[in-house]
Amino acid sequence: MLYLNIIIAGLLTGLVYGLMALGLSVIFGVIRVVNFAHGEMMVMAMYAVYLANTFTGIDPLLLLPLVALALFGFGYALQRLLINRYITRPEHEQFLLLLAVATIITASLLMGFGPDARNVQLGYAYDSFQIGALLLDKVRVFAAAGAAAGTAALWAFFRFTRTGKAIRACADNHFAAQVVGLDVKRLYAVTFGLGAACVGAAGCLMLLLVDVQPYISTDYTLLAFIIVILGGLGSMPGALLGGVIVGVSEAVSGFVIEPSFKSAFSFGLLILVLLVRPQGLLGRA
Amino acid sequence: MRGAGPVALSPRTALALAGFVAIMVVLPFIANDYIVSVLVVVLFSAYFGQSWNIITGFTGQLSLGHALYVGLGAYTSAALFVHFDLSPWLGMPAGMAVAAIAGSLIAALSFRFRVGGVYFALLTIAFSEFVRILFDHFKWVGATEGLFLPVANLAHDDPLHLRGSPTMFYYFLLALTLGVLGLSHLLLNRRVGYYWQAIREDEEAAQALGIDVFRCKVMAMALSAALTALGGGFLAFYDNNLYPDTAFSLGRSIEIITAPIIGGLGTLFGPILGAFLLTSLGETMTNLTSGWEIAGLKQWFYGAALLLIVALLPSGIWPWLRRVIGLEESGR
Amino acid sequence: MSAAPILEVRGLSKRFRGLQAVDGVSFSVPKGSIVALIGPNGAGKTTTFNLIAGAIRPDSGSVLLDGADVTGLRPDQACHAGIGRTFQLVKPFGALSVLQNVMVGALHATGNMREAREASWAILERLGLAERAETPAKSLTLPERKRLETARALATRPKILLLDEVMAGLRPTEIDQMVRAFADLTRETGISILLTEHVMRAVMALSHHIVVLHHGQKICEGAPEQVSRDPQVLECYLGHAPAGA
Repeated sequence: MLYLNIIIAGLLTGLVYGLMALGLSVIFGVIRVVNFAHGEMMVMAMYAVYLANTFTGIDPLLLLPLVALALFGFGYALQRLLINRYITRPEHEQFLLLLAVATIITASLLMGFGPDARNVQLGYAYDSFQIGALLLDKVRVFAAAGAAAGTAALWAFFRFTRTGKAIRACADNHFAAQVVGLDVKRLYAVTFGLGAACVGAAGCLMLLLVDVQPYISTDYTLLAFIIVILGGLGSMPGALLGGVIVGVSEAVSGFVIEPSFKSAFSFGLLILVLLVRPQGLLGRA
Repeated sequence: MRGAGPVALSPRTALALAGFVAIMVVLPFIANDYIVSVLVVVLFSAYFGQSWNIITGFTGQLSLGHALYVGLGAYTSAALFVHFDLSPWLGMPAGMAVAAIAGSLIAALSFRFRVGGVYFALLTIAFSEFVRILFDHFKWVGATEGLFLPVANLAHDDPLHLRGSPTMFYYFLLALTLGVLGLSHLLLNRRVGYYWQAIREDEEAAQALGIDVFRCKVMAMALSAALTALGGGFLAFYDNNLYPDTAFSLGRSIEIITAPIIGGLGTLFGPILGAFLLTSLGETMTNLTSGWEIAGLKQWFYGAALLLIVALLPSGIWPWLRRVIGLEESGR
Repeated sequence: MSAAPILEVRGLSKRFRGLQAVDGVSFSVPKGSIVALIGPNGAGKTTTFNLIAGAIRPDSGSVLLDGADVTGLRPDQACHAGIGRTFQLVKPFGALSVLQNVMVGALHATGNMREAREASWAILERLGLAERAETPAKSLTLPERKRLETARALATRPKILLLDEVMAGLRPTEIDQMVRAFADLTRETGISILLTEHVMRAVMALSHHIVVLHHGQKICEGAPEQVSRDPQVLECYLGHAPAGA
């Protein structure tokens, strides 16, 4: 029974991971730029939530739409003003550009908040739901629910809105999209904004689960890449699936072997996937 | 991936280089200890950068996990010294062998399975992090508590056991840096260097010209790894302590690549120039902000400098500089 | 010209998902001759090239070079066997100079840098690129890039040179120059050439023998004058049988 609790806890956390990775999947899948500042954007969102919560006492879950919107604006501007020129440039230049952005973000947060860990104080932090013999942390359930809602919203956007379909067209065939008259620059900016919004939402939810500190960003960037590659580039269910797999394997391996091994497991998984099935579990070959 | 072709050094360049070497050799006699220790940092940076340049700048395969080889070289030579009293002059080659094997394995696995570009870069990070976590639990080398070398008597230089003053290390590192520079120049003007660059420019075309692309890439990786590990060995004996979290860290991998990219990826002098510039920038920042104690300020300027370079001089500073001072050479 | 062919293609076939790109194609190239592979777009010419040069593996059929089976070899192995090729969309080593580009090819034939350099200069002279030797390849015009592509492949000292639409985009005087260069090349060195072309002027002037592909199948082959009058060939190019044929 203990195992089941752990697995479900991992699954719930995994959904939040999935939302975070979804943002990357959208960015990487459409624009093909290696967003090494992904984790940094999430940490930015986490600090924003921390600040708002500290000053206003509003629950992170309620702040989510605002934070997601703010991150959307940030991502849109970043892509439009800075990243757009680098899409056709060699990979190492893109990487360096985003590394520079990531460094500046982390350094700014460090200067603003200091290196100590921060978290939000929630009234229900120690509560749990009891379903039969299962004990589920309320925070984890809410976070997972938020992630599921965010994913559903994104899916609906891509499925039903014009812009969403246009973006999918861009991803499928950049050149044809231009020929048909789509404003690719604007669509890329929207895409990056969406990816940032996802990661911002994920940040809100993540703050329910972990403390925030400037240096955790790189770990999450890597985690996002692992999940996206595991689940398959360009596949939204893949990002969720990948997130869940990573969440569960982290929880289980952390419990069975040792907590510090959980990221080793994720890296091992990445190595395996890249060598055996580089298109990921649900990706197109 | 951009880069530049091989070149015979023009007389002007050779002269400039000779002058530079002469200054560097004489410097410890006229400069104070602080400058010497800063220059040691510069030389480490230049050496690691140039070693990394071989796989990424010349051959075009972006490796973002090169800290792995620094760590392997450092830990191998340090552990053999601490546990078996093995001279670093034997321990460091052992570290090079370990790193070469690791690099070859990673390259062989990746390229055999057609993993390239950004996926390869991520793979190199994954391997480096994986080994880092392994070493976190590797009791024989101290795990997270770290591995410590016996404290050196800084007044008495013992080159045989690599115990001594920063000045001693300065000359070793200078020799290393000039050595790797010479080796790069040599290789670039031989068949292997031509083949590496062909692979960087266009793999398919390279293969159609009879180049065994897979073998060449693995060789480049093995050499780059081995050379990096040699530097790692020296680093271990210079720092006297090793922790997995710093030896194998992503932060170190990023440090390794920043100088050569800023200086000029794929060029011969880029990594050295980048090393000087970046370290100077870092030291200047530290000195400027020493009264303020704001965590993150130095990092902020670092990031801003990086951003500026990438935005204004994406090929690096050296290609621009040598155009400006008129040292234009063929193909470079 | 000796009797044994330098290149023999037998029953080569390749299917791409829904499309039979190459369907049982067979032909041979006599030693020291120039053979042209022609046909409308989509006929399977470049695919056939790729099959011969090892860029893709055939589903069935075989390729023999100077009697040796080279079917399914990797591109670099095919080069060792003696196949040199150019690409339709040229692939210069942009950051390297023209001379260095050709040297990459020359280094296949010899490990000695001086020899490779000399051989490369000779080839650059032959193809009229000697003045551009120190220029970075990325600064070349398209016609120059095409010549560079050819020079580079030539430098590997192949037994047979596969030229993929090297005349495309050239002006008539440039085409004539290239035709002369290739004719001289074959005559002086005995190298064989298999080329695909749309520029009929070059095809007619250069080739000793023409093979016509259509929808992946060989529909005709023979001497240039013969093929140019063949009704099937005319039909596949014009879309209908010519009036009065």
